[in-house]
Amino acid sequence: MANLNQLTVAEAAEKLAKRACSSEDIVRAVLSSIEKTDKQVGAYLTVDAESALAQARAADTARTKGENKPLLGVPIGMKDLLNVKRQPCTCASKILNGYVAPYDATVVAKLRAAGAVLLGRLNMDEFAMGGSTENSAYQPTRNPWDLSRVPGGSSGGSAAAVAADEALATLGSDTGGSIRQPAGFCGCVGLKPTYGRVSRYGLTAFASSLDQIGPLTKTVRDSALLLGAISGRDEMDSTSLDVPVPDYVAQLGGDLKGLRLGLPREYFIEGLDAEVEQSVRVAVAKCRELGAEIVEISLPHSKYAVAVYYIIATAEASANLARFDGVRYGLRVDGEDPLDQYGKTRAAGFGQEVKRRIILGTYVLSSGYHDAYYLRAQKVRTLIRRDFEAAFKQCDAILTPVAPTAAYKFGEKLADPLKMYLGDIFTIPVNLAGICGVSVPCGFTSEKLPVGLQVIGPALGENVILKIGHAYEQATPWHKEKPEISG
Amino acid sequence: MTSAENKPSGRIDVRYVAHLARMHLADDEIARLQPQLEQIVGYVRQLNELNVEGIEPTAHAIPVQNVFRADEVRECLDHDAAMKNAPLAREGQFIVPKIIE
Repeated sequence: MANLNQLTVAEAAEKLAKRACSSEDIVRAVLSSIEKTDKQVGAYLTVDAESALAQARAADTARTKGENKPLLGVPIGMKDLLNVKRQPCTCASKILNGYVAPYDATVVAKLRAAGAVLLGRLNMDEFAMGGSTENSAYQPTRNPWDLSRVPGGSSGGSAAAVAADEALATLGSDTGGSIRQPAGFCGCVGLKPTYGRVSRYGLTAFASSLDQIGPLTKTVRDSALLLGAISGRDEMDSTSLDVPVPDYVAQLGGDLKGLRLGLPREYFIEGLDAEVEQSVRVAVAKCRELGAEIVEISLPHSKYAVAVYYIIATAEASANLARFDGVRYGLRVDGEDPLDQYGKTRAAGFGQEVKRRIILGTYVLSSGYHDAYYLRAQKVRTLIRRDFEAAFKQCDAILTPVAPTAAYKFGEKLADPLKMYLGDIFTIPVNLAGICGVSVPCGFTSEKLPVGLQVIGPALGENVILKIGHAYEQATPWHKEKPEISG
Repeated sequence: MTSAENKPSGRIDVRYVAHLARMHLADDEIARLQPQLEQIVGYVRQLNELNVEGIEPTAHAIPVQNVFRADEVRECLDHDAAMKNAPLAREGQFIVPKIIE
């Protein structure tokens, strides 16, 4: 039998409901796996064991009194940019060292309401800027499948913890691929919901028109379960959609008959690793075997997506990160006057990648350049959106690789930011268009590194992509494989 | 319209932009950032290939307009809780360097 830390959320919920184990048993198993494994993996920035155990005991007591909420007693880990009351929230940045969140993010409040135990803060690229978690100001996180390689990013800690069974499931955030790409690199399931599906209240903002919170899980069923728990209209986020939340789990099951899946010809390009392409092509064939019709489609503006993204995301980031000035919270370096204080505080508090993006974002918004860069990028964003609108007239969902390569070695892309940015080429368009995508394990390279299949759906098409991901997952063995370090 | 594509050098005045961003940068940081930023800006200039005449800009991917709620007093973050992370505070107020002599 699997150890309790190896359970999926659905399995844990079932065991707890049958009283086959207690929440305290599960939380202890997770804590001991963190104790054993995390020295090597480095997924967690902080673990508040006492608080987690107290929450677990409270959940167990509630259950003996007859409560039966869907996630009662199930521990969930948080990316370090989601505010959990009385826990630190550093965004893996020195500028927020020592910050303690005074309130719960809406997703956190919703998980609490569903009975979840909040466990630990997960490492990330500083302010979610990066694709390898190497930009954390605190520590590297290692890929559980090969400790000499990165876990992806920016939600690298969230993905590595799930892959190493140091968590049952975690939440991350995705601005240009930051859930799907690390999920792909670590062999777990990562969902980027439709823009507005999940409230962003309490998520430290990076690029407000692109950011979404989503789950990283061991199975597609768990992804559906958590999405249902965190979705919905929230008065605290005026961009959250006032659309009913379906029962995503109930819609899983069955084959893919009657579904048309599009393959964008622009995604199978030079620079796509041969083994990654092979795994994805075999996955596409499997979907056809399961009854789907495969059609070739075109997303003609795909090649411009990275350029559009690095204008819009940095512009929004430069405005959002203006709040870190040493006055109200976080690091403060004294200066002669307020301007000097801001300048010194931000110089000392931000890491290289964050500075690079703030400068780039400030530049593209500055007088004389705004129209040439920012406005033009917003117009090309419209063209990218229209590409998807046209594509979804021909198909129900789109299949692509998650990333051009599997996980790479530490330091490989650090010296060349543009090369690092191009790693997001298949995930960024989904954020620009505001639609949804899920990364599902679809095999391994010859070096035993996980490969991810991305299923992209239209706005609010989560039920469709989860159904496709689930059917594919159930027909393949990939999600059952575990790295040696897990146990 | 001043357009960047008409500026032949493409040189970014990093020190000036850093000033706009209220962020001091050391000379070695500027030296490192300069070629990186110019490479990235060179890359994003490929957007100039496209004709975007008459295309509406997308600021937001979803069609949500202004959202209002009734102007009622509700429970909100307690003053002391909001001040708790302040690096320097006195009598419920943030302390900043002197602005007016």
